[in-house]
Amino acid sequence: MLAVPQDLEAEIDERITHYPVSKRSAVLPVLHHLQHHFGYISEQAVEWTAAKLGLEPIKVLEVVTFYPGFRQEAPGKYHIRVCRTLSCAMAGSYELMESLCDKTGIDRSGVTHHHPIAISADGKYSIEFAECLASCGFGPVCMVNDDFHEAVTDVDGLLKQYP
Amino acid sequence: MGAITYKRGREPHGKEHRVIFRNIDREGWDASIGTYLKEGGYEQLKKALKMERAAITEEVKKSGLRGRGGAGFPCGVKWGFIPPSNTKPVYLICNADESEPGTFKDRYILHQDPHQLVEGMAIACFAVGAKLAYIYIREEFPEAAKIVEKAIAEAHEKGFLGKDIQGSGFDLEIYVHRGAGAYICGEETGLIESLEGKRPYPRIKPPYFPAAMGLYLCPTIVNNVETLCHVKHIIEMGGEEYAKTGTKNNTGTRILCVSGDVQKPGYFEVEVGKVTMGEVINDLCGGLKPGRELKAVIPGGSSAKVLRADEIYTVGRGDDARKLTIWDIPMDFDTLAACGSMAGSGGVIIMDDSRSMSWVLNNLNNFYAHESCGQCTPCREGSLWMKKITDRIVAGKASPADIDTLYGVAKNIDGRTICAFGEACSWPTESFVEKFRDELIGDTKPELEGALVNAETLTAAASL
Ligand SMILES: Cc1cc2nc3c(=O)[nH]c(=O)nc-3n(C[C@H](O)[C@H](O)[C@H](O)COP(=O)(O)O)c2cc1C
Ligand code: SF4
Ligand code: FES
Repeated sequence: MLAVPQDLEAEIDERITHYPVSKRSAVLPVLHHLQHHFGYISEQAVEWTAAKLGLEPIKVLEVVTFYPGFRQEAPGKYHIRVCRTLSCAMAGSYELMESLCDKTGIDRSGVTHHHPIAISADGKYSIEFAECLASCGFGPVCMVNDDFHEAVTDVDGLLKQYP
Repeated sequence: MGAITYKRGREPHGKEHRVIFRNIDREGWDASIGTYLKEGGYEQLKKALKMERAAITEEVKKSGLRGRGGAGFPCGVKWGFIPPSNTKPVYLICNADESEPGTFKDRYILHQDPHQLVEGMAIACFAVGAKLAYIYIREEFPEAAKIVEKAIAEAHEKGFLGKDIQGSGFDLEIYVHRGAGAYICGEETGLIESLEGKRPYPRIKPPYFPAAMGLYLCPTIVNNVETLCHVKHIIEMGGEEYAKTGTKNNTGTRILCVSGDVQKPGYFEVEVGKVTMGEVINDLCGGLKPGRELKAVIPGGSSAKVLRADEIYTVGRGDDARKLTIWDIPMDFDTLAACGSMAGSGGVIIMDDSRSMSWVLNNLNNFYAHESCGQCTPCREGSLWMKKITDRIVAGKASPADIDTLYGVAKNIDGRTICAFGEACSWPTESFVEKFRDELIGDTKPELEGALVNAETLTAAASL
């Protein structure tokens, strides 16, 4: 069984009240809370969510597997998302990805559509491409965990903030 | 009120007309309700609560406000689609998914002026009779979600949300709902499915027009962030007065988000139709990069058909007919449609002569292949094949005949799908092939004609 701390469960229960018409609507927010705490959505997290909301686990799993925002494996301590869409690509986001991988020692050769995330050997950094992050005028942009960075040119300076 | 000053380097351009973005990057401004109230915040909600509900919708109709989310549909008309005989609850959803490539405006409203949105939403909810509303914010805006939730809590505390708002008898709760990284959640029926806790598979229209059968199969109004902010200003100015800004049938202001090959990309709020593409590029954005020439523009988000720099467009009919170069195009809904593209979400992507059109199209095709929800075969398969063919073109492994195949695939998607993603993903390919055919062909190899490397295609397919 998933070990959900009491205060987290209380927060989740409060969230569920935001959906007075249908508890099922709370699937995404519950998963967000769990992923934020555990780093990814495990099988147990799927079952816990299903039990919490009175759903078949498959109804939760289909959501987890559809949305790129949910992960089924642990990312690094710092998870980096680099925007690869047109405006950022024009501003050098593929070069940014290369440089980030270089400096963090991440090998992206095994990345596929279903396994978009690559992790550094020490588990400190993980990285993936994201689609347009809605800051196209100030590319290349990336996110590190929940932080947003625009016009990233100084890769060393960026990584220094995430030791 | 003292003169407004803006943070250094963030001052609006002289050709801008700031209404929605009045407080963005403003010196001394913050997202708190205290700051908002100091400048007349929530006065328009108070005013609206004293109006007849139908009169609010009437003002919005008179204003001519067209949706800023993509389709440009008249906002008041949409509100009017809620069946008069309806007895079910009505919901309102603010679309803050902002995921159309090239678009970056809603982000600033959410971060810097969330109360403007909450006030606009509350007025809209009162007008359509919604007591429960959601703001669907894309997952990649975690900070924005926090700021908006704080704004909602503040508005609650001051009696602008909750029970019996300002003694009007009107109750309203607004909640933030976060997405999870899928572009299709921006499509209104996909958004609704997502908000119901499901995969965001768009619903077929008819019968699932949200205004009649939306969230929980009840009438639901879905509007973009920027659209809902305008509602507040329409109440303040009155619909007729509002309609005097902008141009006929293209009223008000809108935020253009410019990215790509210009000196100073950024966001600019302008009166709709009062600035031309040339002014956008040369004045607002400080021109092209030194020594470069304009090659192409995607004028309304990545799904809008590309415009080629040397085209001549004929717009208007009869006596009104006139010829325009790309530089002369006024940035409004109707003219951009007449030029064969669209104003869409306001995301303008500029490309100069250093760009390879094969590379640009391939980048976009990668996006659409990744984001198709997969429900409809033409879209799921077609978006993937368009990506694979352009992958091959940029890798120098395509034959000239592939260009026709590519075009054929695109032509077989639009009009044959459940949602407008079908058009969104095929229009780039259709327009790039139509307008840059020679360049695309130039990137292929005649000697590969008939020699399609099957093993390679299969490997590529297997890795997806
Ligand atoms: C594939 C697709 C993606 C969309 N993405 C967005 C989006 O990110 N934000 C948005 O406001 N509208 C988006 N739309 C448009 C919405 O479906 C809807 O028309 C809009 O939110 C209505 O608001 P408006 O009338 O205020 O423009 C998208 C449409 C499609 C077909
Ligand atoms: S057109 Fe594409 S995105 Fe829209 S419902 Fe069909 S498969 Fe999904
Ligand atoms: S293309 Fe990167 S933020 Fe839009």
